[in-house]
Amino acid sequence: MDWTVIAQSLPQFTAAFWLTLKLSAIGILGSLVVGALVSLAQYFRLPGLRQLAMVYIEISRNTPLLVQLFFIYYGLPGLGLKLSATVSGVFGLIFLGGSYMAEAFTSGYNAISKGQLESGRALGLTNRQLARYVVVPQGLAASVPALAANVIFLIKETSIFTVIAIPELTNTALDLIGLYYRSNEYLFVLVVAYAIILIPLSVGLTWLERRVRYGTFGN
Amino acid sequence: MAEALLSVRHLEKAYQKNVILTDINFDVHKGEVVALLGRSGSGKSTLIRTLNGLEPFQKGELRFAGEVVQPKAATWLQLRQKIGMVFQSYDLFPNLTVLDNICLAPTKVAKRARAEVEPEAQSLLASVGLAEFADRYPRQLSGGQKQRVAIVRALAMHPEMMLFDEVTASLDPEMVRGVLDMMVDLAKQDMTMIVVTHEMNFARQVADRVLFLDDGTITADTPAEAFFTAPPTASAKEFLASMNF
Amino acid sequence: MAHSGIDILFQGQNFHRFLQGFGVTLRVAVITLLIGGVLGIVLGALRTLHNRPLQVILRLYLEIFRIVPTVVLLFVVYYIVPQLFHLDMSGELVAIVTFALWTGAEMSDIVRGALIAVPQHQVESAQALGLNRLQQLRYVLLPQALPVALPGTINLATRIIKTTSLLLMISVMDIVNVGQTLVEANSHQHPAFAFWVYGIMFIMYYILCAPLSWWAKRIEKQRLERSNG
Repeated sequence: MDWTVIAQSLPQFTAAFWLTLKLSAIGILGSLVVGALVSLAQYFRLPGLRQLAMVYIEISRNTPLLVQLFFIYYGLPGLGLKLSATVSGVFGLIFLGGSYMAEAFTSGYNAISKGQLESGRALGLTNRQLARYVVVPQGLAASVPALAANVIFLIKETSIFTVIAIPELTNTALDLIGLYYRSNEYLFVLVVAYAIILIPLSVGLTWLERRVRYGTFGN
Repeated sequence: MAEALLSVRHLEKAYQKNVILTDINFDVHKGEVVALLGRSGSGKSTLIRTLNGLEPFQKGELRFAGEVVQPKAATWLQLRQKIGMVFQSYDLFPNLTVLDNICLAPTKVAKRARAEVEPEAQSLLASVGLAEFADRYPRQLSGGQKQRVAIVRALAMHPEMMLFDEVTASLDPEMVRGVLDMMVDLAKQDMTMIVVTHEMNFARQVADRVLFLDDGTITADTPAEAFFTAPPTASAKEFLASMNF
Repeated sequence: MAHSGIDILFQGQNFHRFLQGFGVTLRVAVITLLIGGVLGIVLGALRTLHNRPLQVILRLYLEIFRIVPTVVLLFVVYYIVPQLFHLDMSGELVAIVTFALWTGAEMSDIVRGALIAVPQHQVESAQALGLNRLQQLRYVLLPQALPVALPGTINLATRIIKTTSLLLMISVMDIVNVGQTLVEANSHQHPAFAFWVYGIMFIMYYILCAPLSWWAKRIEKQRLERSNG
């Protein structure tokens, strides 16, 4: 292990580090929005939209991100739709993440017991009130663990952006290895970089899960 | 008097710093039925579970058939073949049929031939009126039926002694009688038994002796009839009163 | 659009090569699942023992494979293992080793979860009958735990299949790599060819994964209904 090699590569890795974070953040936020909309369309059984949501989840969950990216970046231009690598990457990540987030929300809503809904109705709550005071608060709390797992998952998936040459962490490491043949050093930095992002995040998310459960259910 | 089948001397058990059982001493002779009574939390379930090594103990000595029981995993495995145990929650294995539940230990632990065990299991089942349930799964049985199968399952190992830990406590009232009758029959066949129960009528009917447990120690060890007609301690008297006895 | 390129896929050896790539993808997925599955069952069972150092090691193993993206793991094995052990490994072997280690880690968590979901009473009553540890595992714990672990395992299988798309990155001629090669050779004359190739690839992955996902969902639902009833 040659530390000067590592030191010289740090500026490039730092840039890649921020790019990974930025793309992850946009992808995660987009996925949360898409996921929330899709799960609500399913929960309230909106005609038409509900079927569309189902087809979307089916396709998104049963195909790899790598193929989704190739399709968007290389396949769509054949139909005249040309997107930059970065935009393709973010679109791909949201296309993938949206369905994972939707399933997390849905499982949270489904975790609410029938008794809760029935006793809410028995108290005379309307559907809107039921959603506002029972379904959403309890459902969101119940979906936090799955949402947190998806956040980690999506950040890791950005490593696949390398196949369409977005200069994020993995791509940067592979490029440097190709240029200078120092695989040990660059892979070491790469693993450390992901650890710096993911270890604190996963500790933080576990803490959040506990807080939310305590705040909502008191145990 | 003949040597005791089971004898317990100065047995002590603690969880971390909480002492659960202190200085437990008693003997059980062959063919004897001993009822282990006490309030909830007095340590009776813990005590009965230490007798076949489900709970470790820290001090004291256990002898079975004259031999000191070394508290090691291998010894317990041996001993459990001679001491059968039935629990409150039946615990039939849901993945096996009734017949397979009964045949499992005799074939795998005692290494007897299936062809020899199976007819015996069938006749044991028949003797408690469950012959037609042999090929059913536990979830298709009522609580009382499950508990009777659990007893048969333990008997199929030909134990020299049986431990019963609150075996009727989670049964619906109408199921209790069938299970108790089975235990009364066992007692009549001179099975050595230790019974933790809160069915006082049953204890009085079946037990030869009563051990009364108070805060982890035995405060009374008396013939059963005497225990019920003239409770030996104030605490025992209160206990019987609280059981409406 | 009609002659925009899909027909190129059926010219010469093209479609045959495409199917060969599909075969490589399937082979890697199946071998990974078998090796990783067995590894995971063993490690999952070990993780239920009360042995502190063993727990720490196995937990660390799981967390490392959870934190580091699979692509990165793949390159770590690709570059480091041959160098460390002076082995000459084919790309396919590198992929199988990496994916099997990753699958083993994930599977160990599924198996452990299923094993500790079996009530403690079941274990005690097996003990009371005199069954030793191995017999408890063989006759009581595993038969009850495996149905619980099945949906998670099937879902893991779909993840393995999707993960095989990474084979391209270490130059294994899987379906994605074959497709990409065909596209590079032909897309100058026929820009829409790429659309068809990647579209078909999309569909092929879907056809592999979707039935497994449906199956997992169905048995999970049945199991929940049964345990609630």
